[in-house]
Amino acid sequence: MADAEKNETAVEPAAAATPNVTEVETVDAATEEEAVAALEAKVDRGEPILQVRNLVKHFPLTQGILFKRQIGAVKAVDGISFDLYQGETLGIVGESGCGKSTVAKLLMTLETATAGEVFYKGQDITKLSGRALRAVRRNIQMVFQDPYTSLNPRMTVGDIIGEPFEIHPEVAPKGDRRRRVQELLDVVGLNPEYINRYPHQFSGGQRQRIGIARGLALNPEIIICDEPVSALDVSVQAQVINLMEGLQDEFNLSYIFIAHDLSIVRHISDRVGVMYLGKMAEIGSDTEIYDHPTHPYTQALLSAVPVPDPESREGRERIILTGDVPSPANPPSGCRFRTRCWKAEDKCAKEIPLLAIPERFANTDSPAAHESACHFAEEKDVVHA
Amino acid sequence: MTTIEKTADDAARQGAGDDGTPLLEVRDLHVEFHTRDGVAKAVNGVNYSVHAGETLAVLGESGSGKSVTAQAIMGILDMPPGRIPQGQILFRGEDMLTMSGEERRKIRGRKIAMIFQDALSALNPVLSVGYQLGEMFRVHQGLSKKEAKAKAIELMDRVRIPAAKERVSDYPHQFSGGMRQRIMIAMALALEPDLIIADEPTTALDVTVQAQVMDLLAELQREFNMGLILITHDLGVVADVADKIAVMYAGRIVETAPVHELYKRPAHPYTRGLLDSIPRLDRKGQELYAIKGLPPNLLKIPSGCAFNPRCPKAQDICRTEVPALVPVTEQDGTELPGRGSACHFWKETLHG
Amino acid sequence: MPDVTKSQSGTAVDTAVDAVAPPTEVDTAPATGPAPQQNKPRSLWGDAWFELRHRPLFWISAVLLVLLLAIAAFPGLFTGADPRDGDLTNHFLTKPELTHFFQADWFGYDGQGRSIYARVIYGTRASIMVGVGVTVVVTLFGGLLGMVAGYFGGWIDSIVSRIVDIFFGLPFLLGSMVVLNAFTERKVYVVIAALAFLGWTTIARVMRSSVITAKQADYVTAARALGAGTSRILFRHVLPNALAPTIVVATISLGAYISAEATLSFLGLGLADPTISWGIDISDAKDAIRDNPHVMLFPAGMLSLTVFAFITLGDAVRDALDPKLR
Repeated sequence: MADAEKNETAVEPAAAATPNVTEVETVDAATEEEAVAALEAKVDRGEPILQVRNLVKHFPLTQGILFKRQIGAVKAVDGISFDLYQGETLGIVGESGCGKSTVAKLLMTLETATAGEVFYKGQDITKLSGRALRAVRRNIQMVFQDPYTSLNPRMTVGDIIGEPFEIHPEVAPKGDRRRRVQELLDVVGLNPEYINRYPHQFSGGQRQRIGIARGLALNPEIIICDEPVSALDVSVQAQVINLMEGLQDEFNLSYIFIAHDLSIVRHISDRVGVMYLGKMAEIGSDTEIYDHPTHPYTQALLSAVPVPDPESREGRERIILTGDVPSPANPPSGCRFRTRCWKAEDKCAKEIPLLAIPERFANTDSPAAHESACHFAEEKDVVHA
Repeated sequence: MTTIEKTADDAARQGAGDDGTPLLEVRDLHVEFHTRDGVAKAVNGVNYSVHAGETLAVLGESGSGKSVTAQAIMGILDMPPGRIPQGQILFRGEDMLTMSGEERRKIRGRKIAMIFQDALSALNPVLSVGYQLGEMFRVHQGLSKKEAKAKAIELMDRVRIPAAKERVSDYPHQFSGGMRQRIMIAMALALEPDLIIADEPTTALDVTVQAQVMDLLAELQREFNMGLILITHDLGVVADVADKIAVMYAGRIVETAPVHELYKRPAHPYTRGLLDSIPRLDRKGQELYAIKGLPPNLLKIPSGCAFNPRCPKAQDICRTEVPALVPVTEQDGTELPGRGSACHFWKETLHG
Repeated sequence: MPDVTKSQSGTAVDTAVDAVAPPTEVDTAPATGPAPQQNKPRSLWGDAWFELRHRPLFWISAVLLVLLLAIAAFPGLFTGADPRDGDLTNHFLTKPELTHFFQADWFGYDGQGRSIYARVIYGTRASIMVGVGVTVVVTLFGGLLGMVAGYFGGWIDSIVSRIVDIFFGLPFLLGSMVVLNAFTERKVYVVIAALAFLGWTTIARVMRSSVITAKQADYVTAARALGAGTSRILFRHVLPNALAPTIVVATISLGAYISAEATLSFLGLGLADPTISWGIDISDAKDAIRDNPHVMLFPAGMLSLTVFAFITLGDAVRDALDPKLR
């Protein structure tokens, strides 16, 4: 903890300053005034329910069959910090290979962190095991991306949704389980009579509802959603998103919503973090990130999103990045984005930019005053025509 | 049916300025699959056409029949269980379904090429990229190994793969997803086809790479004046590159329109529902509109309009009569070229 | 796109989307709102059974196997003759008349004047016992090792895999011969032990790889995220989804073990008198084959039929359990 604290010096004060915007939902096509108003409306939500501090996951690259030796490491997650508050949705976006799914696995303690801490209500869950870990797991649940592979094809829906009760028998007494399962089916909008069916008798959207019901079974406080709608049909995505939003209000859930679809993340999130090659490039409220991005990567990402409106499309500036994401086994020195960045200078190769509010915005009320890991952070609206 | 085809073609002709015969025309195509649970009617009377230099986007969800139609055009449908009970696929006016296998093979690859979603599984992992690219030239044009390799490098340059000369002997897994999709495009381009069918070409790619690949595809299409059929479920991707759009639902085309028109004023409740149900990047909305219900079961397509169980406008007529794809007009009767809707209540949807 | 609903079922093998015919394109998941009750819950084993019922080859092999099992269990019901009772007046006697169905002289007599029909009937038991016995031992032992290696990975996997490689390197028949040579007693269980000693490696390999595939599935991660323990994950999630290939390989190799027993017996290293076995009879017949081919024909024919029945059944089961393997 002590040395983590040291590493955090640059990040910690910024994290404390993160605005906790509540009324962002009403901020439409945010003008300057509205955004400022939204910033002022921030309220203190008290202690975060989940605090991630300098989280690192390196996957060793080994050679040899019986006598393995390490020849390097894939730096999937390389020092990530953020907070999650009760009842809020934190979106995490990034391209494939940026480490966002690894973050999900680390938060679920499905992978062991190489370094760093994850505090759930003040308790570091990366150090837990056995009974204590199981107790925490009840409160942090997950919804998976692929509803076709995340349900055991040899189990009935009743067994799948009832399994959490078998693992944590203290949550529901045995006689009560069937009723609870049917209740859960009802909550996610499925017919409770489906309890004896097998997953392959359902369509993708219905399966994802089953997955959500399983995630809800233990009354968790946090649900980590790893691309929960990207495998679904367009017309069904909205149903599932609405369901998840409804459940959040009903049960006061906190979501970590990991996705590559920036439009959906904006819709559902209160705050958004943008990841690139294992690092957080920029984090802030949805308005700050989408309407006032300051990191070049965020700007490029946003400008590349195809918008289902040819007219607004024509007025938008598009930043087409050259090349591909470098390998996380051998990331560029300094700023990881510099190899594809049009602003890159010598400084970017030498100094790792810290995730902090850029100096030039530090004492302003501007919505650009949010954490951004760029030496040359500059506001640029790429979303609006 | 025929009238709408004509208007659609008119619009295309104006844009392309060719002799009038479309490059590819699909007429009343039906495809069904015989499964042990019954007959799945995947395509139920699809009509569309593409001219040289034109991009047709076929938009639909899984199960809409958009990919099956493309497979039928390419002749790569698994038959059985697939069957084409009815319909014509005309390439430059000639019906490909009645041709001999030999004749069809000549068109496939040389005249019509296809790009798949998953480039990694579409490329042979044990052969070098250069060998696979060169194969086309060795087989179809009888070039020597050395000449074929030179051609392969040329192709890789054309799809802007950096350091093509050095990378020509690399294997597919050594390329990134975006680069592999470029190789697929290079392969499709190799014999300079007249028409390219791209089945979800960028779905597996990241947004920043997606933009690169779509740009490349659009540019090459312009350069070679090719026809392009873009099959996708992504309303965003379509908006960027398509000239005209055909929206498919349960094996039928439910709406056709030039790209701007479709987004501005959809004439079918399904299209409208789709547009309303996707969240927007540039504004934060309230609750999303959600189309209720599930995509139809192809073994039991609802009677009448297939969309009726999910449609907010459904009346009795929708449950009994299959709506034909009819031309759509302004309120005062002015024709809207290229527009059609298969809805009994298109007037209310368009103008309401 | 032959199996629209089944295409999602082969999770144990691969979930890769076929680029030519994406299985998601025709989604016939029969669950559209109001009228679902006519669809009975259909498990994957239920699906497999449905597939099997529609295969003529399955029925042919199943009928054959039921008959063979009945013969093995109650040989006395099928013949009244004593297979060990030799009457030298019947030396190599043949009775080709078709009116002699199920009589002792139906297939004729061997060199010692014993009824070939009775010997073929009584020989069934040894063959079936060896086949089934070896399969059971091999499946339990190899399956367990493969499961442990596949699930736990790491050094356990390294050690098990190396042992498998070593055993795999030993020639199956030669190895069994060496093992059998060490025994003076040639009973059925000795032959089972000798064949199982070298036969478990295939099952272990198959099990290991299907367990590795199954344990990477999202539903296993989901169970881990719920806090499920190792035994629950292994027996509720991994094993049921990894079993199919093992069952298939076991059924197919059952036929191979039967022929291996016959080979060993033929070479004089397998079963020996007083056990009655097709292999022994074939061996006895080899010297007389020029003048009296019928002595060889019937035991060899029964052997082929039995092996055929098991292998065909294995094929049918494989097709039913995993349409993608076809």
